[in-house]
Amino acid sequence: MKEITWCPGCGNFGILRAFKNTIKRLVEEGHEIGKFVVASGIGCHGKIVDYIELPSFHVIHGRVIPFLTGLKLANPELIAIGFAGDGDQYNEGLDHLIHAAKRNVNITVFIHNNGVFGLTTGQFTATTPKGRVTRTTPKGNPEVPLNPVMLALVSGATFVARGYAGKLNQLEEIMYKAILHEGFSFVDILQPCVSFNNTWSYYNKKVVSLEKPAKSLEEAMKIAASNEIYTGIIYEERRETLEEFLKIK
Amino acid sequence: MQERLQDESYKSGKRVLLNGNQAVAEAVKIAEPDVIAAYPITPQTPVVEKLAEFVAEGVLNSEFVNVESEYSALSVVYGAALTGARVFTATSSHGLAYMYEMCWWVAGSRVPLVMALPTRSIGAPWNIHSDHSDVMILKDVGWIISMAENAQECFDLTLIGFPISEELNIPYSVSYDAFMVSHTAEVVEVRDVELPKRKQAYKILPNSEFALNAVTVNDARHKARKTLMKDLENSRRKIEKIGRCFLGEDFSLAEKYRVEDADYVIVTYGGWSGDFKDVVDEMRDEGVKIGLLKLRFLRPLPEEELKEISGDVLVVDRSALYKFGGMGGEIKRIIPEAKNVIAALGGYEIGYSEIKALVRRFVSGKIGEVEWYP
Repeated sequence: MKEITWCPGCGNFGILRAFKNTIKRLVEEGHEIGKFVVASGIGCHGKIVDYIELPSFHVIHGRVIPFLTGLKLANPELIAIGFAGDGDQYNEGLDHLIHAAKRNVNITVFIHNNGVFGLTTGQFTATTPKGRVTRTTPKGNPEVPLNPVMLALVSGATFVARGYAGKLNQLEEIMYKAILHEGFSFVDILQPCVSFNNTWSYYNKKVVSLEKPAKSLEEAMKIAASNEIYTGIIYEERRETLEEFLKIK
Repeated sequence: MQERLQDESYKSGKRVLLNGNQAVAEAVKIAEPDVIAAYPITPQTPVVEKLAEFVAEGVLNSEFVNVESEYSALSVVYGAALTGARVFTATSSHGLAYMYEMCWWVAGSRVPLVMALPTRSIGAPWNIHSDHSDVMILKDVGWIISMAENAQECFDLTLIGFPISEELNIPYSVSYDAFMVSHTAEVVEVRDVELPKRKQAYKILPNSEFALNAVTVNDARHKARKTLMKDLENSRRKIEKIGRCFLGEDFSLAEKYRVEDADYVIVTYGGWSGDFKDVVDEMRDEGVKIGLLKLRFLRPLPEEELKEISGDVLVVDRSALYKFGGMGGEIKRIIPEAKNVIAALGGYEIGYSEIKALVRRFVSGKIGEVEWYP
């Protein structure tokens, strides 16, 4: 295992801890440790697979989802889990997210969403707020940020959640259910970047726990569109997976 | 230190401490592109940041677009260039690979544009350090490809890239080694020059009766590719003319360093050319007649200078193609007896003493046709 090189105070530590606890719980409940496979993209988040004692793959920028899709179809018995960043998944690899959601392959992706390119030291991404000054937007970001939860919902994702790296118990519960969900599970995780977009105090004040998932897609859309930053499982439905359709499961 | 350096009068312009990326940005500022689009990737990111700063400070009047991918970056500047806008982009490594389809499209469309390409290894495995794997995938697309040794050449080769590309209607890349050149500060003469206004073979404007790149049949595609490749092969005189106009009379596609009476000649390019020159000097002091030919351009290939070499030749590459290094195979077409070394991929550190040992092995005839180092 490599030495952890994230900045002290990085939101990634919370995500790593929640994930390790989730895997421990799943294994204690009888899931075979050898069935878990993890992959990550390019960015600070990408190092996470080096810090987890599971078979892992570093994937090219933005391509975690298609990689896991292939891995899962060839090995349907595996539990395939991906980590990606906002720059990774919402900029460079956005198209894959939409198609994976509509395809409903039984994989899980956790997005480390810090609203900035951290590894290249602070440029704007698809989730950077409008007007924010970054190193590539010295006059302020001219674009409105993407709403990843809304996008996942309209794309047909069958498990949609938002977590926060500062709410570990809830994040663990989300991760646990996302991994067990049959179908494409999407979890946007709010991740403060202490060096280039420190949102700890902002999220600590703003984040509101959602008590239970929405009963309908319409309700889920309202939650996604709300000015409140809700965390929790926002939407879940059971729909035929691609593996089930192909009868390879 | 910068102030002191600026005080010294030096030719025209001013002398400042810049790294390769900053030197590129300073040259782009002079060219004042109408549109700049880029996506961050190590080690290119500081170029984009510097240009964004220039725009924000009001010293560069360019439209700056932060795009979602490299594919979009080249697509955006392509669209702008077709309307007659001067454009610039920058990428590296996987970014170049991701925009590769558009690299062919802009070349085939004969669109002038300039792209900075700090050279970085291409994975897998993941590696952010220097070798020339990326520029080699651009080599045969139909671009003009320059290769800077240091920050001054980053500035100079970027500056002349705009008029050269616009004169020839061929896209132009300026390449320089990741970190060793891109992030290493040197004293650079920022020339006080003005570039001519942009020109290009055609523009598409409102009411233009123009359908670009329609599906072709029979010989249209064949003819387009043939014309591009022939124009690139024959571009040497125009490149030299423009280079001499802005950079001085001794500008050429390749730098001849102590080759006149040389029994042995190293052929290489990029950041480590300086180390090889030092080795040449040391061995000259020992009485060995050795010189170096530095390729300042990979496309067009400086064939005249290569043909002039009379001594034994060692081509040192920092990339691997099938069987040979990036340039070794094709230089053997001109100099069949040339030896080739493929060295130091993925930022493998090779210092002066190792370079010297390598050259000594070459001089003593111990290097085979193609060798890997290490």
